[in-house]
Amino acid sequence: MTPSLHLWLIPILPIVGAAINGFMGRRLTREASASVALFFCGSAFAAALVVAARFSSLSLPHVEYLAHWIRAGSFQADFSFYLDQLSLVMLLVVTGVGFLIHVYAVGYMWDDPGFYRFFCYLNLFMFFMLTLVLASNYLLMFIGWEGVGLASYLLIGFWFTKDSAASAGKKAFIVNRIGDFGFLIALFLMIKHFGSLNFADVFHSVSGMGVEKAGAGLLTSIGLLLMVGAAGKSAQLPLYVWLPDAMEGPTPVSALIHAATMVTAGVYMVSRSHMIFERAPMALMLVAIIGTLTALFAATIGIAQTDIKKVLAYSTVSQLGYMFMACGVAAFSAAIFHLMTHAFFKGLLFLGAGSVIHALGGEQDMRRMGGLRREIPWTFWTMTFATIAIAGIPPFAGFFSKDEILWRASRVSLVYWGLGVFTAFLTSFYMFRLWFLTFFGEFRGADAAAVDAGHGSHGHDSHDHEDHGHGIHESPKIMLVPLMILAVLSLVGGWVGVPGSLGGSDRFDKFLGPVFHATIPATEAQGAIPEESTKGPEPEASHSQELLFTGVSVSAAGLGLFLAWLLYYRRPDLPLEIAHGLGRLYGAVANKYYVDELYAALFVTPLVDGSTRILWHGIDQNVIDAAVNDAADGARHVSDTVRHMQSGNLRSYAGWVAVGAAVIIGYMVWMGVR
Amino acid sequence: MVPLSYYLILSGILFSCGVLGFLIKRNIITIFMSIELMLNGVNLSFVAFAAYWHALSGQVFVFFVMVVAAAEAAVGLAIIIAVYRTRETLNVDQVNLLKL
Repeated sequence: MTPSLHLWLIPILPIVGAAINGFMGRRLTREASASVALFFCGSAFAAALVVAARFSSLSLPHVEYLAHWIRAGSFQADFSFYLDQLSLVMLLVVTGVGFLIHVYAVGYMWDDPGFYRFFCYLNLFMFFMLTLVLASNYLLMFIGWEGVGLASYLLIGFWFTKDSAASAGKKAFIVNRIGDFGFLIALFLMIKHFGSLNFADVFHSVSGMGVEKAGAGLLTSIGLLLMVGAAGKSAQLPLYVWLPDAMEGPTPVSALIHAATMVTAGVYMVSRSHMIFERAPMALMLVAIIGTLTALFAATIGIAQTDIKKVLAYSTVSQLGYMFMACGVAAFSAAIFHLMTHAFFKGLLFLGAGSVIHALGGEQDMRRMGGLRREIPWTFWTMTFATIAIAGIPPFAGFFSKDEILWRASRVSLVYWGLGVFTAFLTSFYMFRLWFLTFFGEFRGADAAAVDAGHGSHGHDSHDHEDHGHGIHESPKIMLVPLMILAVLSLVGGWVGVPGSLGGSDRFDKFLGPVFHATIPATEAQGAIPEESTKGPEPEASHSQELLFTGVSVSAAGLGLFLAWLLYYRRPDLPLEIAHGLGRLYGAVANKYYVDELYAALFVTPLVDGSTRILWHGIDQNVIDAAVNDAADGARHVSDTVRHMQSGNLRSYAGWVAVGAAVIIGYMVWMGVR
Repeated sequence: MVPLSYYLILSGILFSCGVLGFLIKRNIITIFMSIELMLNGVNLSFVAFAAYWHALSGQVFVFFVMVVAAAEAAVGLAIIIAVYRTRETLNVDQVNLLKL
């Protein structure tokens, strides 16, 4: 047994910070609040680094038992933590990116009156996210799962005085409830059939079961229900609608929760449950289909959005779709790889967008930006790195992870691959559209006065800087440094997983190998899913084929870049004409395919009407309230009648006594006669 | 020998007369006498049963009742005199307040 790693410290540290800021934040200065939040988040990152440093000497998976929790009969769930390659990657991504975003947020939120509250929530989020990642059983994972949902709700609705923010928070919470319902049912099924929720026990039980080739057996049901949960948390079709609205939250929140970490929890959960999914081909296929469709669907919406954060939000949904596509073709390590690189470049994109918004004093509409590359060069360059990375252009991080996914998808079905490549083209197009619109051309925002007006109306995002006369200003260093670090990571982050076809050795896949390949019964797995890596070294022919596929996806990205350049740099008048030419199709895309309206008509309105008419007016008013009111009315009527006995006349009382006695005697006599 | 039922019927008539007088009359002294009538109606049923069953307990009980009735009469008449002195009336309907 390896010496204790004190894994429990990693989640506990942020909640200490949350407690300090939560209980005493009001009395702390901004500097103190910020240093508390940064210290506890940073020390969690440091603790994760220590764990990583000692990782090679561990016997994996390493389970650290902390305390009893639930012991009921043979069922038990404890506070214990589970460390293997997968949780280590998640741990480093969450604490590392999380820490950088904390640092950035200090600069971004400096002027907000709820400064300490913001960092309290942010640390709370870190606690739950780390619990989710480190949990050694599904129940503890579920605690973290719900907890990040809570933190997300609190942070989306951070500016709760704004009606749209408050309702966006509620929307996120309610849509997530739908997914959590599926997750919960899956947990109940596991308890019923496996008698345990511990990863080790569940996977041990599962490993004895065969692949469910036809129909919906137990594993298929569990897999589908888990996928419902993942679709809610990770914003997949049909439950993605909350994520674009979640952009009402402060931008660091969008970066941390709604791009880098929380929304990837679904991917993590599906990967963690890979034993189940691998034995349920139906569920796996559904995961792939949902992922592919989401990727494509969200990317098309992203093309027509004008709000810079909304573009990024749909892009996140689309990239999460890629990850589920990878999961669905059983390329779990590729999914986690993309999760990691996505955390870098999407976190960076959001932070960069935040920096742009900050520079313009709260302006989020890209139609009112332009030509900013000279004004905010650091933001421009870091954003450029991220844009190239997400577009999938080598040698940036996104290229390697996305290419890995597309290659593995093409091994299962060329349909997935084709849609994936088309999505890659769309991704490249809308990202470079954002890039050109924001940083190139002429500044289309109104004159400085209008920008100053924007300052006033978006007080939360404003930041009084020295060169106020100009209006547009570069963000302070504390915001730029995280941008730069993330930019470097967006460049080099993919180099850990260079595939064999490009002369690398795909170390990332090998690192995660023990998690994903250890226990698959090879004969069965090959019957169901083509498992490339279990077949040993790939032949040379497949290398050249892989290079061909890579070439196609890179040229798709290049085409996207060219088209964006043509439409938004070279001929900025063209997009309008095209939009007119497409007419209703363009309208549908710009209005997000009317999905929100459809959901409103299909679910929300019937629910509200039904609740109002049947539950409120019908049951509540006419049954429950009526029962209480009628009981009271009845009591009053009876009392009204009976109170005439209490006349205050002594002889009438005596009369009642006599009558009562007579009745009793009469009764006794009558009984005696009988 | 007179059957028991005769005694009991007479006892019942006396008691009912007492109750009726108690309820109808307004003069305190008449009410008081009605109470005595009820007591004696009950006494009659006691002695009748005692004679019928050849058990002395009924007779003994009647003595107790008479003693209590005597004590009650003494106290009751004293109260009636006190009431008449203070209120100059013996109508119960006018004596419905403890406070003057």
